[in-house]
Amino acid sequence: MSSTFDQVATIIAETCDIPRDTITPESHAIDDLGIDSLDFLDIAFAIDKAFGIKLPLEKWTQEVNDGKATTEQYFVLKNLSARIDELVAAKSA
Amino acid sequence: MRLEYFQMVDHIADLDLGERRITVTSRVPQQSTVFEGHFPGHPLMPGVLLIETMAQTSGWLIIALLKFERMPFLASVKEAKMRDFIKPGEPLTVESRIVHDGSGFAVTEAKISVDGKVKCNADLTFRHTPFPNADLRGHMEQMARQIGFPEQAKL
Repeated sequence: MSSTFDQVATIIAETCDIPRDTITPESHAIDDLGIDSLDFLDIAFAIDKAFGIKLPLEKWTQEVNDGKATTEQYFVLKNLSARIDELVAAKSA
Repeated sequence: MRLEYFQMVDHIADLDLGERRITVTSRVPQQSTVFEGHFPGHPLMPGVLLIETMAQTSGWLIIALLKFERMPFLASVKEAKMRDFIKPGEPLTVESRIVHDGSGFAVTEAKISVDGKVKCNADLTFRHTPFPNADLRGHMEQMARQIGFPEQAKL
């Protein structure tokens, strides 16, 4: 279990009042956890602060709308955590 | 301040893009039908309109930071505190600063003071998108000229 996932899960639990033990790496933030776009702004704010990055939400949303990506690629938590790790690595490179 | 037109900002007094903060001034009108209902015999500026005043102030800051290419829309209000009454005719100083600049959203902290005393404050979140049409952008540019939005902030 990655520490990134643990941090993201804790942020989601605290931000959206979702029991922490129901959040797994396979959870889809939208489909499984019921997080809407407004709540996701709060989550993005907290993730940006915690990891010192800027989640490219607009780019991701555009890619999904254009059919170039699926929501699973960005919003299943193990995938979201991997994207965060990539952004952190790119920042420190 | 023209309550009937939801025009809450009179003048941009200071806009610091480096520090990502703005100060505006506005005077609560002496007369308004709003005060006939809120409240009879005890006229007070409604809290929701004070929040709107802080939101519009934050909005001008976000528009400036985005070089007048995008329009912010209020998405959430947190920690709104109405600390004291604001009455008709009072001169407001409204300050806002960017707390976070996210992808397609921004978070601000804003407060309203009268004679140096903080009367209310709130944490505000905005979504921002490209201007949805030319009419809105034109209206905002006209408003910008009226309230002294610095031309160089558009560059």
